[in-house]
Amino acid sequence: MNGLTWKYVLRRVGIYLLTIFISITLIFIISRAVPGDPVETMWRQLEMQKGQIEEIDVIIDHYKTLFGLNEPITVQYGKFLWNTIHFEFGVSYAHYPTPVSTMIKNALPWTLGLGLVTMFIIFLFGNGIGAIFGWERTPKFIKTIIPSGLLFTSIPSVLAALFLLSIFAKNLGWFPLAGAYSNEVTPGWNWPYIASVIKYGFLPALSILMVNIGWTVLGMRAMVVTIGGADYVRLAEAKGLKPFYILTQYTVRNALLPQLTSLALSMGGLISGQVLVESVFSYPGMGMLIFRAIREQDFPVIQATSFMFILITATSVLLIDLLYPLIDPRITHGGE
Amino acid sequence: MKSRVVDRNSSKSEIAEKECRKKTFKSSPWKNPKLIIGATVLCVLVFCTLIGQFIWDKTLVNVGSSPLNLPPVGFEYRKQIGTWAHPLGTDNSGRDLLTLILVGLPHSLGIGFVAASIGLVIGILFGFSAGYLGGRVDDVIRLLSDTTMNIPALLILIIVQSVIPNADFFVMALLLSLFAWQSPTRVLRAQILSMKHSDYVKLAQLSGASDNEIMFKEIMPNLLPFLIAQLTAGTSYSVLVLVGVEVLGLGSQSKPSLGITLNNAINSSAILRGMWWWWGIPTIILIVVFMSLLLISVGLDEVSNPRLRNQ
Repeated sequence: MNGLTWKYVLRRVGIYLLTIFISITLIFIISRAVPGDPVETMWRQLEMQKGQIEEIDVIIDHYKTLFGLNEPITVQYGKFLWNTIHFEFGVSYAHYPTPVSTMIKNALPWTLGLGLVTMFIIFLFGNGIGAIFGWERTPKFIKTIIPSGLLFTSIPSVLAALFLLSIFAKNLGWFPLAGAYSNEVTPGWNWPYIASVIKYGFLPALSILMVNIGWTVLGMRAMVVTIGGADYVRLAEAKGLKPFYILTQYTVRNALLPQLTSLALSMGGLISGQVLVESVFSYPGMGMLIFRAIREQDFPVIQATSFMFILITATSVLLIDLLYPLIDPRITHGGE
Repeated sequence: MKSRVVDRNSSKSEIAEKECRKKTFKSSPWKNPKLIIGATVLCVLVFCTLIGQFIWDKTLVNVGSSPLNLPPVGFEYRKQIGTWAHPLGTDNSGRDLLTLILVGLPHSLGIGFVAASIGLVIGILFGFSAGYLGGRVDDVIRLLSDTTMNIPALLILIIVQSVIPNADFFVMALLLSLFAWQSPTRVLRAQILSMKHSDYVKLAQLSGASDNEIMFKEIMPNLLPFLIAQLTAGTSYSVLVLVGVEVLGLGSQSKPSLGITLNNAINSSAILRGMWWWWGIPTIILIVVFMSLLLISVGLDEVSNPRLRNQ
């Protein structure tokens, strides 16, 4: 069955659903944990800051019914759960009456695009470079670069983003300072637009890439070194196969599997990093949405965007985990 | 180091013996250069900030306590020349950057350390029970850690902090510890599983030691470097999340910190205005902290796992 047993799939999907359920519940509990009523607190605060608001009680009551805050807590929870899994997040406070789902729909493609491209590059190049570093035939002087690369991995991507923005966008002026594409191009499938998107996305992608690729390189290098001594590699050598063929077809192929697991494990960190990097570059993705919503105290947007990020993380980990046994026939899950 | 030993290989047994003794002394696993460098840098940094708090005027963190937009000593920015009164410069609302670092760094590191310690204690309890006792206990603990592991701490903290804006030291540490126990639990469980069937554990079982005695008196001392490595990695992770939340503009505004300084710098477009010291100095300090924490944990991993050495 190619190692993908029903028991494994069920357990994995079960954990996925449970993760989503726990997150929604956590968000619900946290948002209701504040003493007093969020709508009332917000409007009273607004009244204190901006002066008298006419018919404030009517407004508060309207919002309370709108958000269902007059109902018992269990009903509220049920509705919250139902709405969240249908991506109904209500309306934004700061940009009333824009539905939060519309804001997310506009930002989601940017976040997914940036994230997927970076992840793909990290996996492809990280493993490629790692394999070369670990290979016996690679010249020694190349291998000595490794220890300095290790230190890079500890820098949070947001700090790298600040440096890149300052050097390449502010001082050298090679790249734009903010945004996702130039005002002069019309969005669509045309070359100027695509070129502009790549140019604007380059620095954000680079800041995520340069700090996260290190772990992939190091992991792959260690795997290649370990597998290099395995019996089947020795056998392949004895058979007289070309060394590069052995590296790609024997060593790297087997090393890719654990690398996939470590990619799944690092997904949370990657995505959290992206939230911050988007804020630094004012990239119009969901990270920027959170950053702006925090400044505007727009709670529905903060909650919805955080939930979407949690959903993306959990889903991508699930996909990688389900991919894993499909690639590796040696592993049979749940067969103990 | 290896080649030096080979070079000096002498036919005289006396020298060889001496050399051998020297080697075992030199290659004591705790004399790991990564560990030593990382720990030294971190200790010096923490020591300096703690001493600095007594020497330097702490009220300079307050808004308007210093001149605005002052560059560091030896630099000039918009006709203002840096002075020794504010060696690292000031921000656009008159806060002294040196004071921000002196007060902010121990605070952030402290929160991270407490969070990681709580996480490690939970991790020890869960990991040991799951690995040693197995069965139902193992199932429940694994389910708990598997389901919560993929929730990024940063996002939950964003939601919490947006509702409770002024969380204090221990609330913050507790919140962070909710996401700091999964990794130690998993790693320790795996370690226990591999040690469970070793001879010394069997011997202890035969001599009638209880489960608790075996877990904490026999197995745990062997995992000491491993536990400290987990603690360092946990501290680093918690500080990372903390800084992330602060960069986004959350976290206690009454207490100065490096993350909030960065948020102020981003919001006031310090980069565009060319005030490099405002965002650059906190960034460099944070990078040094993260690098030394990484060196410590990698060094400790090498101490506990001989196979990682000399790679």
